[in-house]
Amino acid sequence: MIRYFIKRILMLIPVVIAVAIVIFTLMYFVPGDPAEIILGAQVTQEQKDALHEQLGLDQPYIVQLGRYLYDTFIRFDLGTSWINSKSVSAELGARLPKTMIFAIAAMVIQVLLGVPLGIFAATHHNKFGDQLTMVIALAGVSIPSFWLALMLMLLFGVRLKWLPVYGVEQWQGWILPVICGSLGVLAQMARQARSSMLEVIRSDYIDTARAKGLPRRTIIYKYALPNGLIPIVQTLGNAFGTSLGGTLIIETVFSIPGVGMYLQQGIATRDRPIVRSSVVILSILFSLIMLLVDLAFAFIDPRIKAQYARGGRLKKKRAKYNTRGKEAA
Amino acid sequence: MSELNNNENNDILLSVKDLYVEYTSDKKIIHAVNGVSFDIKKGKTLGLVGETGAGKTTIAKSIIGILPVPPAKLKSGEIYYEGQEITKLNEKEMSHIQGEEISMIFQDPMTALNPTMTVGAQIADGIALHENLSKVDSIKKAKQMLELVGIPSERFTEYPHQFSGGMKQRVVIAIALACNPQLILADEPTTALDVTIQAQVLELIKDLQKKQETSMLLITHDLGVVAQTCDDVAVIYAGEIVESGDKYEIFDHPSHPYTLGLFGSLPNMVKKGEKRLHPIAGMMPNPSNLPGGCKFHPRCPYATEECTQDIPELKNIGGTHACRCIHAGNLVRTDETNEETKEG
Repeated sequence: MIRYFIKRILMLIPVVIAVAIVIFTLMYFVPGDPAEIILGAQVTQEQKDALHEQLGLDQPYIVQLGRYLYDTFIRFDLGTSWINSKSVSAELGARLPKTMIFAIAAMVIQVLLGVPLGIFAATHHNKFGDQLTMVIALAGVSIPSFWLALMLMLLFGVRLKWLPVYGVEQWQGWILPVICGSLGVLAQMARQARSSMLEVIRSDYIDTARAKGLPRRTIIYKYALPNGLIPIVQTLGNAFGTSLGGTLIIETVFSIPGVGMYLQQGIATRDRPIVRSSVVILSILFSLIMLLVDLAFAFIDPRIKAQYARGGRLKKKRAKYNTRGKEAA
Repeated sequence: MSELNNNENNDILLSVKDLYVEYTSDKKIIHAVNGVSFDIKKGKTLGLVGETGAGKTTIAKSIIGILPVPPAKLKSGEIYYEGQEITKLNEKEMSHIQGEEISMIFQDPMTALNPTMTVGAQIADGIALHENLSKVDSIKKAKQMLELVGIPSERFTEYPHQFSGGMKQRVVIAIALACNPQLILADEPTTALDVTIQAQVLELIKDLQKKQETSMLLITHDLGVVAQTCDDVAVIYAGEIVESGDKYEIFDHPSHPYTLGLFGSLPNMVKKGEKRLHPIAGMMPNPSNLPGGCKFHPRCPYATEECTQDIPELKNIGGTHACRCIHAGNLVRTDETNEETKEG
């Protein structure tokens, strides 16, 4: 198990480096001379050349890439913003907690509300409760989050004045952004939970449990839920990814100074160090969550846990042979 | 009248009376079970024989009260267990019968066990529920059950994926027998297994049945299994019993054309020279659109004009032997393509 964990952590390294190379290359080919963006359009050729030399932009692509990777992954230096010369790592350090709070809060709400809603719908299959839940879920999936954000701001912020319209200085400020950011995935998760629970409820081992005379609650929570959760956990990683992507819009709409808004500004001003570093940070975050999700699997599904414990393919074969021997004995 | 009957026949454990079960799918009504009646005597085994889709599993699920409602619906009929009508019981009352009085062995051991629970826990939770034992005691009893079906008790904490098919079926049997039920509904307990394991599992079920003096409803499409295990036989076709009676009567004097057809499709190892099998022509009728008259007449080589008119009754043709055919005992082939003459 621990060996598997370490292996997975090491596998993150090439993934993150690949992301860094891709985003560097993309930004390299984005049109617009950085010198013009930094110094303005009325700039002389000499000034441009001087700045190019200062930023290392006169070097060939491969040298720039190498220097970038060296700075980022060996010296852990994310550089400074081209626009306001502030340290990117300091900015990210200040902004990351806000984005994390947002994404984790959204994910918690998605799981704690979406999954029970789906179970409710599945256990009331084709009844009114099921249909109502699914209509709400359909609305949740289809409503664009920026529109919902504006409408909620209008209602709770401007009309009722219950909640602040922007900013997260007080905790109340988080309420609207988290609702907007979680709704889409929440609705998707409810639908996913419903369909996977429905499938599980029809399976043979539920019949076995019912034939034992076990009470309905035990059957749902002890037999159906752990099995129904397997495909739901599978979608958790993607749900988190969607939430992280959602921060770009939500943070901008609600003026939350997080990584999403920073990245958004970086893209708007083509501030390459900001864009590159934000993307790399988000990709590390995402990969770590994916790893946690995979590990969570092992706790639900003993079949997967067994695979982790066994390790490689060769070992798996040997283990199979062993159990067969045991059975024969 | 049925109560009266039950008082008279004290040796009858379970009595199914005129059972009708329907499934609804896409607004179409599927007639799965159409007026089935049978009795199971204490300590005896009734074999329910028929093709896939004849309604055998539906009958078993109706008895133990786990029909998937909806889409299934117990339309009419009564099921008496020790004289008590059990189809009208509520969930809580039924849970004292399920697993405790009546239990079921399922068809496919690969899917009948919960993959996320240890096999031990799956045996123990029924025991804890029905015998009011503490956790420790129910685990102890579950381990005994594992040993009883021939699995070392050390494997208590293993998961179903660590077991082979035959071992899983043993676990399913252990679950079914854990609370010493009076009646076991064995739904094709050996169909998913290899022939060698089949014999072992059948032997095991028979042994345990003898030890605990249990009655059994054995559902199968395998006449060999019936010959080995059953006392009485009911042949079922399209949700109706077409022939029933003592095992020897059915095997020695099969009277319904469908039963004859079933025997005709068996490879015969005794009669040499007779190499050809005689499969029953055609397919099971679509249960949402059953033929009028005798449900077997479209496939029956002995069918006449009369067979298409009314549903024949299950008539007694001597002893315990009953047959649902108007031509019973007097079969004349009416199909043109009878190059091989009589069967049976």
